[in-house]
Amino acid sequence: MDDFTKLFWELDGTTKTSEKTAALENYLKNAEAADAAWAVFFLTGQRIRRLVGTKLLRDWATQKAQISDWLFEECYDRVGDLAETISLLVPSAELADRTPLHSLIQDKLLPLRELTAEEQRSRVLELWEHMSQPQIFVLGKLMTGAFRVGVSKQLVIRALSAYSGVESTTLAHRLSGTWEPNAESFEQLVDPESSEAPTSKPYPFFLANPLKDGPDKELKEPENWCAEWKWDGIRAQVIRRADETYIWSRGEELLTEQFPEIADCASQLPNGTVIDGEVVGWCQGESRPLPFSQLQRRLGRKRLGKKLLTEVPVALLAFDLLEKDGTDCREHSLEQRQADLAKILIGLSTERQEGQSLFPNTEPDSQEPAIRVAPPVSDSPIMTWEAMASCRARAKELRAEGLMLKRAGSIYQVGRPAGLWWKWKVDPFTIDAVLVYAQRGHGRRASLYTDYTFAVWKENELVPFAKAYSGLSDAEFRKVDAFVRKNTKEKFGPIRSVTPQLVFELAFENIQPSSRHKSGIAVRFPRISRWRHDKSVGEADRLETILALASDE
Amino acid sequence: MQTELLKPTDRGLYCPAGNFYVDAWKSVDQNIVTHAHADHARRGSKSYLAAKEGEQVLRTRLGSDAQIEFRRYGEPVSVNGVKVTLYPAGHILGSAQIRIEKDGYVVVLSGDYKREADSTCTAYESIRCHTFVTESTFGLPIYRWPNPEKVFEQINAWWRSNQEVGKASLVLAYSLGKAQRVLEGIDSSIGPIYTHGAVEKLNESYRDSGISLPSTTYVGEVDAKQTDWTKALIIAPPSVMGGSWIRRFGKLSSALASGWMQIRGTRRRRGLDSGFIVSDHVDWQGLIRSIEETEAQSVWVTHGYADVVARSLVEKGIDARTIETEFQGELLEQPSEASQTQDATDG
Repeated sequence: MDDFTKLFWELDGTTKTSEKTAALENYLKNAEAADAAWAVFFLTGQRIRRLVGTKLLRDWATQKAQISDWLFEECYDRVGDLAETISLLVPSAELADRTPLHSLIQDKLLPLRELTAEEQRSRVLELWEHMSQPQIFVLGKLMTGAFRVGVSKQLVIRALSAYSGVESTTLAHRLSGTWEPNAESFEQLVDPESSEAPTSKPYPFFLANPLKDGPDKELKEPENWCAEWKWDGIRAQVIRRADETYIWSRGEELLTEQFPEIADCASQLPNGTVIDGEVVGWCQGESRPLPFSQLQRRLGRKRLGKKLLTEVPVALLAFDLLEKDGTDCREHSLEQRQADLAKILIGLSTERQEGQSLFPNTEPDSQEPAIRVAPPVSDSPIMTWEAMASCRARAKELRAEGLMLKRAGSIYQVGRPAGLWWKWKVDPFTIDAVLVYAQRGHGRRASLYTDYTFAVWKENELVPFAKAYSGLSDAEFRKVDAFVRKNTKEKFGPIRSVTPQLVFELAFENIQPSSRHKSGIAVRFPRISRWRHDKSVGEADRLETILALASDE
Repeated sequence: MQTELLKPTDRGLYCPAGNFYVDAWKSVDQNIVTHAHADHARRGSKSYLAAKEGEQVLRTRLGSDAQIEFRRYGEPVSVNGVKVTLYPAGHILGSAQIRIEKDGYVVVLSGDYKREADSTCTAYESIRCHTFVTESTFGLPIYRWPNPEKVFEQINAWWRSNQEVGKASLVLAYSLGKAQRVLEGIDSSIGPIYTHGAVEKLNESYRDSGISLPSTTYVGEVDAKQTDWTKALIIAPPSVMGGSWIRRFGKLSSALASGWMQIRGTRRRRGLDSGFIVSDHVDWQGLIRSIEETEAQSVWVTHGYADVVARSLVEKGIDARTIETEFQGELLEQPSEASQTQDATDG
């Protein structure tokens, strides 16, 4: 408990990723496997079901501190965190409690759930008596299931990787699903010898660069380019190997359980197949994707209800093949890969392989397989840029963001090298940025924080680069407003700085270098195009990316 | 009750019988000053009365030509027939509680005060009185000061670990009082200690008053480029943060020494690397205990969490009310910029 408390305060005390990783690595080096297992469990965002009601904890702390209820409220109001308020009010021990983390949780905390309120009370009071103030705070966080310390799962994985030498993709996979926090699972997690992992490993994604001027200037001959729709969904790789299926996002998040329709369909793929595509919610009636906001409803859920599965069925619109018959085929030509992809997909049936149909209320034959070749832009080759441009103008009808232009005969590269893949969006520029300042709006929005300043990454720092006031629904504005009030860091007159946590996609018309702005750029007509619930702050865009756009102007 | 012995006015707390003010925030004829912090000791009054112990310090604040009468603690003086006696408040060097007596009725104004003894000023004394006027800067039960020795151990350990990684250690502390208390508390054998000009000026006043402090070097006296800052501890007022003054030190770890550092969110929002709980005010328990020890029948609560403290006292059966003053207690924001009392409690 004591080492874990120290770790918590170290993580809490710094905003530097390198220091956080170092603190974690250091903890892992010294911790018993059973303790490390629980530490990883909590820090990767898993939580134990609430053991004791917060109202009870509050009452016991108020009694123990011998103060009135209203005074507890005054204190809570000042501190803003229940566990911390309690830790500052109840008498604490001078010396830290030495109980190992795993015994505290397994022997003292988990059994609480089975006890009566009176028994819980005496157990909790006893715990408090033997703990120091920082420990009581961490204990409160563990008990109320609200354990957040500004550490992403990715960061924990990085530290685990540095500590064990196991690759981060392997660790991400091993940590996915139901991971039991015990010594044995921790040892398996960090075992470099264990061989189970490679089957899950995705290929690095090949990413496109934005096209700013017309393609006729940059890309020259239209016959050298193949056009595809740029879908508005989640880029994903579907892997079928050794009778197992894995669906990876670009952020190396394992999405297999989020998209059972796709996983189920993938089980028909031959072993040794890796497909690249875009996951979208699919509207069968309209033969086009559902709005992205609908797809977002499918994300981040522990359980997918029937209703949601029926309302937002997903599909993988496949556009590339990276592995065929267990062999990496990324060096094959684009045309070859796509032809092979079509061959593999043509044999897929819509029937569910195991158990009941996912969609009991729909006719199975009205559906296409959940993994399918992405609908083409045109059935025949597009011969001129004018024809391409008029296709692009139709993108919104299909809820696509624009066109992807891929060089004929090109190989599948790694990362975002310039030259072979271009995205030619309808909205010329979009950037994922982080909300950092908020100010009240005007008129009907005067009571809400609706005027925002957004930042992007410059090295390890978020630099503000644009303000935007429009683009969210009233309901979304209210949610952001509530967030701003709860997460205000500082007030500068009417402006509040907020904890960087929310990511939004901003669209704008133009971009220019600017010496007047700290970020070095100025954007024209910025607006919020959507709230990226699916993105973490770390996934927001980097200033270099925007600067690259600006310099090409 | 003899409320007429003291009454709140828009110039400050006023004693009509003695025709004097205590810590007036506007120019008055006769002003009794509890201590030299800027929100209590203001320039512009005709004559002042203050504690002898703080003479050097108060002179730096009010100027050499201010007309000030200094009295020793416990040595009474008659002001227009009202008996005025100063008692130590333990807040900073020369800080005083003002005891006012007429016709057997006694009012004590606490000024700012702290109960833990330290060698930079005379320790707080509890005075019995009928009416007690108290500050309430940290008047919430979440403020519970740790043992100062433990805190100074933390500061020493932090300084050493910064040395190990080659970073200078910057302690942000009020120039008057807090800075000297930090100096007095730390282990000066760990490395060289440098000071900001504002701090050094008051160090001199403290030394001239006979307070022994570890030796310090004014940052402006050395060539920054020729100095190895990686072993150094630097003491400066909080207002230096974010400015160019701190750039000369290279790699740096900063820490604020303040009672506000008790709360995690406050610490985090400052953007500081560390915070140490060093306060020259009473914590909640010290506040309640001090009030009870005066045995006052009536308590006036001012600057800080006055409402909360008054309500708690009323619950304990003590007649308490809040009064409005322009004192600020300890500000969380930079003192030069924060002109509203609210900033001290709000941020």
